[in-house]
Amino acid sequence: MILRRPLDRKLFRDLLHIWAQALAIAMVMASGVATLILAVGAQGSLEEIRSTYYERFRFADVFATVTRAPGFVREQLLTVDGVSAVETRIAQFALLDIPGMVEPANSIVLSLPDHRETAVNRLYMKTGRTPEPGRADEVTVNEAFALAHGFTLGSPFEAILNGRKRTLTIVGIALSPEYVYALGPGDLVPDDRRFAVLWMSEEALAGLFDLEGAFNSVLIKLLNGVNERDVIGAVDAILARYGSTGAYGREDQISHAFLDGELRQLDALARVIPPIFLAVSAFLINMILSRLIALEREQIGLLKALGYGRLAVATHYFKLILAITAVGILIGFAGGTWLGRGLTRLYADFFHFPFLIFRIDPAVYALAAGVTVLAGLAGGLRSVWSAASMPPAVAMQPPAPPRYRRLWFELTGMGRLVSQLTMMAVRNLFRWPLRAALTILGVAMSAALLVTSLSPLDSLDDMIDITYYRTERQDATITFTDEKGPAALLEAARLPGVMQAESELAVPVRLKNGHLFRRLAIVGKPRELELSRILDADQRSVAVPESGLLISERVAEVLDLKEGDMAEIEILEGRRGTVYAPVRRIIRAYFGLTVYMSEDALADMLDEGPRLSGVHVIYDRAEENALYRAIKALPGAASIALRKVSLQKFRETINENINIMISVYIVLGVVITFGVVYNSARIQLSERGRELASLRVLGFTRREVASVLMIQLVIIVVLAQPLGWVLGYGFSWTTNQAFSSDLYTVPFIVTPVSYARASLIVIAAAFVSAMIVRRRIDTLDLIAVLKTRE
Amino acid sequence: MAGIVFEARDVTKVYHTGDVEVHALRGVDVDLYEGEMAVLLGPSGSGKSTFLNILGGLDHATSGFVRFRDHMLSELGEGGLTRYRRDHVGFVFQFYNLIPSLTALENVALVTEIARDPMKPAEALALVGLEERASHFPAQLSGGEQQRVAIARAIAKQPDVLLCDEPTGALDSKTGVRVLEALDAVNRELGTATAIITHNAGIQAIAHRVFFFADGRIVDTIVNDTRVPPSEVTW
Repeated sequence: MILRRPLDRKLFRDLLHIWAQALAIAMVMASGVATLILAVGAQGSLEEIRSTYYERFRFADVFATVTRAPGFVREQLLTVDGVSAVETRIAQFALLDIPGMVEPANSIVLSLPDHRETAVNRLYMKTGRTPEPGRADEVTVNEAFALAHGFTLGSPFEAILNGRKRTLTIVGIALSPEYVYALGPGDLVPDDRRFAVLWMSEEALAGLFDLEGAFNSVLIKLLNGVNERDVIGAVDAILARYGSTGAYGREDQISHAFLDGELRQLDALARVIPPIFLAVSAFLINMILSRLIALEREQIGLLKALGYGRLAVATHYFKLILAITAVGILIGFAGGTWLGRGLTRLYADFFHFPFLIFRIDPAVYALAAGVTVLAGLAGGLRSVWSAASMPPAVAMQPPAPPRYRRLWFELTGMGRLVSQLTMMAVRNLFRWPLRAALTILGVAMSAALLVTSLSPLDSLDDMIDITYYRTERQDATITFTDEKGPAALLEAARLPGVMQAESELAVPVRLKNGHLFRRLAIVGKPRELELSRILDADQRSVAVPESGLLISERVAEVLDLKEGDMAEIEILEGRRGTVYAPVRRIIRAYFGLTVYMSEDALADMLDEGPRLSGVHVIYDRAEENALYRAIKALPGAASIALRKVSLQKFRETINENINIMISVYIVLGVVITFGVVYNSARIQLSERGRELASLRVLGFTRREVASVLMIQLVIIVVLAQPLGWVLGYGFSWTTNQAFSSDLYTVPFIVTPVSYARASLIVIAAAFVSAMIVRRRIDTLDLIAVLKTRE
Repeated sequence: MAGIVFEARDVTKVYHTGDVEVHALRGVDVDLYEGEMAVLLGPSGSGKSTFLNILGGLDHATSGFVRFRDHMLSELGEGGLTRYRRDHVGFVFQFYNLIPSLTALENVALVTEIARDPMKPAEALALVGLEERASHFPAQLSGGEQQRVAIARAIAKQPDVLLCDEPTGALDSKTGVRVLEALDAVNRELGTATAIITHNAGIQAIAHRVFFFADGRIVDTIVNDTRVPPSEVTW
C-alpha cells in the first residue's frame, strides 16, 4: 500500500500498533454485519423462493374440505367474484405398509385430474410422470418420502386404501407447494420416513373411495387484490350443504404457516441481535478512540501548530474509524454469506423446495455496511470532536490530572477493610462512572445474548415434558377416516397388546367471541381420563367438566376469552348451526388451538349419540409388532401417531438445528465479551501503565500488580451478570413472541440453568481475555516509567 | 568503619537497541557503607541512573557483580529481585510516581501493608512534615509535597537503603531544600544508607562522599570532612 501523505502513514502505523484491539472491535462489528446479512438475507431469500414457487406452481389461496360434493359444484365455485381458478379433488388419509418398516406409515392421498392440467397446486416433477388415468396401481410420491426410503421409479409399497391393501408402484417423484413443510398427523416436526404425500389418478381414487363424480377437497386461486374474507364467505355458502368444515386462507394452511413462522423468527433475529453488536461496537470505538486521542494530545497540538485545520484532524481520526469499520464489514460480509449458505442448507433439510437459492440482495449488504459505518462514526464522534476543537496551546500541555475522591462506602468505614490495591481498583472504576457503566453494559449484552440463545432449550424441554410426559401419555393414537360408534373403542381395546384405550371425538367448529374467531376442532373426552390428561395453567390436573369448555391459553389469548365467558360455537359438521358454551377453565397445551369438552356434552351439542373419531391406546411393547400388523389391517384407520417415534424425531430435529444455532450464538457472545474485556483491560493498562510499573518498583509482585486490573475486571464482569440476566430475559421475551403461532405456542421459560450457563461462558471468555492482557503486565518496563512525567 | 551495604565490582551494562550497542557502564567499582549519605553526580548519559537501577534491583548488570550484604543481586531472578526491593529498598523518583487514586496516607500504607517491619504510615508522614495533608490526593498536593509523600512512602518500611533518582529535579530550589532536609533527617535519625543521584553540583555538600560519573565510569570520588546542612545549600 502506498500512503503518500504523512498523516495517512501515521494512521497506518497507529493501526498496526493497536491491531489487536482494532481487530477485537472489527470482530464485534463483523458479528453485527454477519447476523444482519444472515437474518435479513435469509428472510429475503426464503420469501423470494416461496413466492416464486407459489407463483409458478399456482399455490392455492383458499382451501376447503367437504364430506362429498358433486363435480358440478366446481363450476359454481368458478362463478364466485374474485376467483381465478378452482381445483376440486379427492383427499384421503391412508396407512402405508413399507417394506422393511415395522410400524405403519401415514400418508395423504390426493387425486390429480385425468384429462386436463391441474389448475391449482401444480406438481414440480422431479422425475418420472403422473399416474396414467384410471391406473389404481400407479402413484407419484413426494421426493422427501422417496429419499427417506431410497425409493426410485418402479419401487413398490403397500397402502391400505378404504380398508383394502393395495400395492402401488412409484411412477413419479414430485414436489408440491402445498407440502414445503410436510407434517404428518400427530407429529411435531416432519418425519419424512413416516409421512408420505401420494398423488393418484382421480378416476382410480374415486373408484377406491366410492367418490365417482364427486370430490371432498377444494383449492381456490384468487385474482390479485381480492378480499379473501369475501370469497371465503361466498364459498362457505356454496359448500355448506356438502359438509364443508369451513374454507380457510393460507394462514391456516400448515405448510404455509410454518414457513411464516420461520420468516417471523428471522425478522425477530434481525431486530434483536444486530443492534446489540452495533451498540457495543459504537461504545468500543468511543473507548479506544478517546484513549488514542488522549495519548496523541501533544501530536494533535503539534499538527495544529503546523497549520493543520480542524477538518484535517477530524478527517484523520474518522479515517481510523472507517479503517476498523471496513475490516469489520468485510469479515461480516464473508461470515454472513457463509452462515447464510449454512442456514440455506438447513432449510434444504427442513423445507422441500424445488430450488433453493441463497441470493442476497446487494441492498442488504449496503444496509449492513451503512448501519455499521454509522455506528462507528457515532461512537467516535465525541472524541473526534474534542480532538478537532482542542486549541493547539491547550493540546500541547499535559491534561489536568484525574481527580479522585473518597467514595460513599468509605465513609461507612468499610474502606478500612480493603487493601490499598483494591481501593485503587474501586476508585478508578468510580472515577469514570460512565465508562464503567458502559463496560458493564457491554459485558451484560454478551450474557443477554447467550441467555436469549439458550432459553429456547428451556422452552422446548417444557414443551416435551408437558406434551409427551404429562398430558399425552398414550403410546399411540389411531384416527379413523369417518366417525365411528362406541364399538370402535371396544374393537381398539381388543387389538393385540393393547392394555388401555380411550376415545376421542374431534368436531370442526368456528369458535367465536364477538368479531374474533378461529377455525379449530373441539375435542370430546371421557369424563374420567386415564391416558391423556389435561393440565390447567398452573399445571394441576383438571377433570373434564360435565358441560362447558376447557380452552388452551393460546385460544384464550387470540379470542380474548376468560374463564366464565360465553363462547359462540359454529358447528361445521352434522347438524351445523350455532350454540353457546361457557369457558370453564384455561388449560395448558402447546400444540395447535386446543379446546376440550366432555364427550357426552359434545354429543348432546351435536344432537347425536356417542361417537368417536380416534382412540388413544397404551400397549405392551412385547406385542408391538403384532399390534402394528393388526392396525395395518384395521378398516377405517386413517392415521396412527406414535408417541415414542415422534418424540424421538422431535429431539433429533432440535438437536440438529438448535445446537448449530447455539454454537453460533456462543461464538458471537464470546466475541462481544472478548471485545469489551480485552479493550477495557488494554486501555486500563495504557492509562495506568506508569502506576502499575511504579507498584512493581515498590516491590509488588507481578501477581499483585495484575490484581489491581483483575479486581476491576472482576467487579465489572460480576456486576454485568445480573444486568445481563435482566436484559436476556427481555430479549428472550421479544424473540419468544415471534416463535408462537396458532400452530404451536412456545412457552416463555428461562431456567436458572440457562442464566448460569450464559454467565459461565461470559466469565470464561472474560478470564481468557484478561489473561492475554495480564501477559503484558509481566513485561512492563520498570525503568522507563521512572524517567517520564505522566 | 561501619559495615559495607553494597559492594560493586567491575560492573558493566550494555544495552542493545536494535543493532546499536550502548555501553552504559564500563566497569564500576565501589563500596557503600551503613549510614552513609552518597551523592552520585554526572551529566546525562554518564551511567549514574543505570548504576542506581542495578543497586535497586530494577536491572541486572551485564558483567561484574553487586552484593547487598549477603545477597548477590546479580544471581537473583525476577522473583528474588521483587522480594529484595520489597524488603530492603526505598525508592524516590524525580516524578514522585505516586498512585493518583490513593491519598497521601494511603500511598504510604500501600507499602507498609506489604513490609516486614514498617512504621505507622502517619508516623512516616510526620517525619516529612505532612501529617496535616494525610487525606489529600496527589492531585491536591504541590510538587514538593508530593515528593515528600514519596519519601515518606520510601522510608515507612524502614528500608536498609534509600535510593533517590533526581529527587529535586522537578522542583524549584526552595522546595528542593525541604525535600533534601527530609532525606537528611531520615539519614541522620534512622541511619539509612542513602544514595542520591543529581546533576546539581550544589547538592554534593550534604553528602559523606561524592562520586563523579562520566562515560560509564566513576572518574572521581570526594570525601566531605564536614557535611553542610541542606538549608545552606543553594542552586
